[in-house]
Amino acid sequence: MPAADSDLVEAGLDALDAPARRPVGALVRLRRSVLPPLLAVALVLVLWEAVVLARWEPDWVLPGPAEVWQSMLGALRQGEVWPSVGQSVLHGLLGFVASVLIGTPLGLLVGRLRPLRVAVGPVLAGLQNLPSVAWVPPAIMFFGVTPAALYCVVLLGAVPSIALGLVSGLDQVPPLFLLVGRNLGARRLASVRHVLLPAALAGYVGGLKQGWAFAWRSLMAAEIIAVSPALGHGLGRLLKQAQDAGDMGLAFCAIILILCVGVMVNLLVFAPLERRVLRSRGLSGPDT
Amino acid sequence: MSIASSTAPPVPAAGTAPDPAVHLRGVTKSYARAGTGGPPVLEDIDLAVPPGGFTCVIGASGCGKSTLLSLIAGLDRPSSGRVDVAGGHAALMFQDAALFPWLTAGRNVELALRLRGVRRAERRERAERLLALVRLDGARDRPVHQLSGGMRQRVALARALAQESKVLLMDEPFAALDAITRDVLHDELIRLWQETGCAVVFVTHNVREAVRLGRHVVLLSSRPGRIAAEWTVEIPQPRRIEDAAVAELAVEITEHLREEISRHARR
Repeated sequence: MPAADSDLVEAGLDALDAPARRPVGALVRLRRSVLPPLLAVALVLVLWEAVVLARWEPDWVLPGPAEVWQSMLGALRQGEVWPSVGQSVLHGLLGFVASVLIGTPLGLLVGRLRPLRVAVGPVLAGLQNLPSVAWVPPAIMFFGVTPAALYCVVLLGAVPSIALGLVSGLDQVPPLFLLVGRNLGARRLASVRHVLLPAALAGYVGGLKQGWAFAWRSLMAAEIIAVSPALGHGLGRLLKQAQDAGDMGLAFCAIILILCVGVMVNLLVFAPLERRVLRSRGLSGPDT
Repeated sequence: MSIASSTAPPVPAAGTAPDPAVHLRGVTKSYARAGTGGPPVLEDIDLAVPPGGFTCVIGASGCGKSTLLSLIAGLDRPSSGRVDVAGGHAALMFQDAALFPWLTAGRNVELALRLRGVRRAERRERAERLLALVRLDGARDRPVHQLSGGMRQRVALARALAQESKVLLMDEPFAALDAITRDVLHDELIRLWQETGCAVVFVTHNVREAVRLGRHVVLLSSRPGRIAAEWTVEIPQPRRIEDAAVAELAVEITEHLREEISRHARR
């Protein structure tokens, strides 16, 4: 009976093709993902200390890690830096969310409409290359030293990245997917929702990640330059204050806090998002 | 016993037989603008696939096999002539299963139902039944990238069946599979074809596969693509690809195909 044979062969093939899972223990995973960055940080600290010990510069110009640690602890204990962190993070997140709301439809339109792409694509790419700190003077002249100026700089920094990330994601959608979507009956909006956007998601998430980095950088640049009670006291302001007071310890403290926020947002938001998107599409291994 | 007749497939007599599931009349497709350059891709194609028929289209590269399917699927329009498809819609499968990698096997099938407006409550159950039909009921929650090439094509088949079209178009769907898997899928396809009664148009460059599966085999010439010859395969199913009768007819058809290809060398 050929039919019965075929059934058995099919079942056998399926069984042989079942994925063999190699479980990875929590400890191993921890060792693989946490240990290397810790070692890298330790190495930087060691090099830093070595440079300080070599006494190329007096210690008020280049304080050692221990001193910075001390001044950081001091600043943290006094509690004046926490509001700065809170304020900057709030501004950054609001600006980023606004950038997503503007950049996403923009990217979708530029990615799918040829005339718009020819017209706006190069402008977006150019904007992405322009250091967003360049927007601070005109923004202040236009809006005055107000939060609107800050948000303007953040938007001009982040929107192009988000839009272009989505465009490159759209460019990588296999044409076959669109064909299949059409054959399945997905028209216009349904096609965008069920085929185009999910297929472009990896590029889009990359754009979001870069968009956040640009938003955060732009905000810091704006905060350092624009000073007004209306803007409150962000991390950039803290850095400027350290410069005015000649307090290298505080300056390093501010830089480390700025770094920490960037790293934390990446670690808590974008890294898991990216991992999930890639893993669900089989683009990265089951364990990293 | 004659295994083939080289006559045209039985054209149903007017009034008695049902309308063909796929009917192409004088179909020409040219990508060049009128009066400029090159021969048309397809020229004056007359093809009728009866309801529940199984027609295999073979030909050398450049014969417009895939264009033919695009026209039937409505993804492209003929430059002249008429294309009629029963129910107005044909499901389409490719060499690449083209499953959406962000969905599980089950969700891929469900999406086809959803885009046809099937209600949520029903979708899950129907997707399950369709996966069971291709014997993949256990794979519903598996991500697509964990499936083998053959399993992916079976999910694609389930997705195509979810469209409930009267016509199934297949563009070299098994070309990338290994021989054993392909063999198994041939059985699977014939079984589903007999169960669902849909009409199949199956494009392949593999003559043996065409004879193994088809009730009719159509040979297209290249540049321009015209129907060069047709066969009715009268070997009863279930056939095996290694059957002597299949091999015999395949040799005959291959001879025609070789002749057709070598015509181009003399130009």
